[in-house]
Amino acid sequence: MTAPLLSCRKLTRRFGGVVALDGLDLQLEEGRVLGLIGPNGSGKTTFFNVLTGIFPATSGEVEFAGSRITDLRPQEVYRAGIARTFQRSRLCLPLSIFDNLMIGNHQRLNHGLWFNLVQRGALRRQIEAARAEAVELLRTFDEPLARRLPDPVSRVPMIDRRRIEICRALISRPHLLLLDEPSAGMTHEETQRLMDDLLVVKRRMARLTIILIEHEMTVIERITDRCIVLNYGRKIAEGTYAEVARDPQVRQAYLGLE
Amino acid sequence: MTRARGALAAAATAALLALYAWAFLRAESQRALALLVLLGVAAGAVSTRTRLLARIPATSERLSQTFALLAAAALCLALREDDFELLLVARVLIVAIACLGLHIQLGYAGVLNFAGASFFGVGGYTAAVLSRSTPLPHLLVLLAGGAMAALIGSLIVVPVLRTRGHYAALVTIAFALLFRTFLEVNDALGGPQGLKLREIRIGPWRFNDPVEVGPFSGSFYLNYLALLLVLLALAWIFVQRVERSWIGIDLDAVRLDETAAAVFGLDVARWKTVAFTLGNFLLGVAGAVSAHMVGFIAPNNYSFGESLVLVSILLLGGVGNAWGVALASAIVVVLPEKLQVLQEYRFLLYAAMVVLILIFRPVGLLPRRMRRLEGVEPAP
Repeated sequence: MTAPLLSCRKLTRRFGGVVALDGLDLQLEEGRVLGLIGPNGSGKTTFFNVLTGIFPATSGEVEFAGSRITDLRPQEVYRAGIARTFQRSRLCLPLSIFDNLMIGNHQRLNHGLWFNLVQRGALRRQIEAARAEAVELLRTFDEPLARRLPDPVSRVPMIDRRRIEICRALISRPHLLLLDEPSAGMTHEETQRLMDDLLVVKRRMARLTIILIEHEMTVIERITDRCIVLNYGRKIAEGTYAEVARDPQVRQAYLGLE
Repeated sequence: MTRARGALAAAATAALLALYAWAFLRAESQRALALLVLLGVAAGAVSTRTRLLARIPATSERLSQTFALLAAAALCLALREDDFELLLVARVLIVAIACLGLHIQLGYAGVLNFAGASFFGVGGYTAAVLSRSTPLPHLLVLLAGGAMAALIGSLIVVPVLRTRGHYAALVTIAFALLFRTFLEVNDALGGPQGLKLREIRIGPWRFNDPVEVGPFSGSFYLNYLALLLVLLALAWIFVQRVERSWIGIDLDAVRLDETAAAVFGLDVARWKTVAFTLGNFLLGVAGAVSAHMVGFIAPNNYSFGESLVLVSILLLGGVGNAWGVALASAIVVVLPEKLQVLQEYRFLLYAAMVVLILIFRPVGLLPRRMRRLEGVEPAP
């Protein structure tokens, strides 16, 4: 039995009187896909924000790849190998697709003043290498999109923006990928296409671990190994999709049934 | 083929602009000036409507820059004996260098600096103190002016980083007010009367002597103009290299979305500090040259109002576009000096310009273009 990649113990986050995340326990092994579901306001995105250091945890602990990452700054969490997407797209719209991807590629590029301002030949080679890699990654998702690298993000449609956002998270080769509702704002077909893409990526990067927040149950059913259901910040069920879908507490939380 | 046409278009544009600037600077009667203003506005409107400038291919950009520099040099030579006009051109160049500093801060990193004139003043006072009391070579004095502004800026940046948005801007306003009061009560720095400075000397080259090369003779301002053109070219290359590197992307990311930037490992505080420091360095160097050229500095020259003028130049030209900075510097410096009706209402003119630009063309006269990274061909 190997140690889990990510484990949370009694993770809690309070906002004033509201307990957004209430003593969450969670274990996730490398290479798995975990679904995180629950009604609006149940603490899913708060969990991502606490994990990535945007909000510090009120109490509890997070361990990632053998070291404690509770209370690290967002920059340090990223360097430890956790990358994420946002529920509402946070791409830089006026910048090109390439620029946006390079924001995600931050830790693998040289940001020294001397290197950037004086050693222009070396910089040029690094830019060319990064560009080849970006094209390669975008191709996994969509061939025509890979040709639009210099276009501003504001000019591409929603589904491509999602793809770019996921690529921006993937390009640094994280160990853990956090996807915050990738289907939000897309049609049913677009969602299916995006999920096909994700499955391709998952096949190529067998060791990549994913946590996925999603309201679209077909997506959860199709690509997750295991699910956790949150309600009012608390875990109310855990298991495969089929198991949690049968759980009476889950049905009550979602449908308000007796 | 397109390359040759691009080069031709760039050369023609530069020549036309130089000719226009020459006519404008030489015109005496207010009626001729008013006509020239109308002509300029009309030409600007037409070239915007027909996207004339956007059609110059980006591949000939290096040529455009060379032509612009040559055109500016030719303009200076054409005006060789006209002290007042040359002084105006020199002031345009000084303001342009200073605004390239603000351009790194606001245009790239989104750090709003309402103390531009103060950092300009730090450069000026540093130059005054150093050249009065030490035998330091004057080129080093100019660099020291920039370094001092950068150093003081790196202290001011501490409270700037602890605040966000409007509050960060308020910190710089507080510094601007403090700086001026500090100068007024400080007798070692001349108090409200200010300080006198000597000319710039580089080796045997004395900047306040008239220029005489063979049969050619011209105003002593040509010395300063030569130096300023070199400094502007260096500042220009510097600013462009910042933009076209990973650092340019980092600064843009920090400006556009701090949270997303932090999630991808960018040290937001570090990049704001870098932009603020680099920008203040340029402001300080510009201030040092200016102080030597004018020969006299006083707290009144570095008021909060002057800082506002510098920021309004950025808004007018187009935040994030260095060409816009250069164009707006020329407009803002020259217009009120030539149109005497406006001189008394200088600040009113600036205010009106900013309001009009924000209503009718919020991106500025020359909006920002997409980044061209080093060695990467731009999108067609």
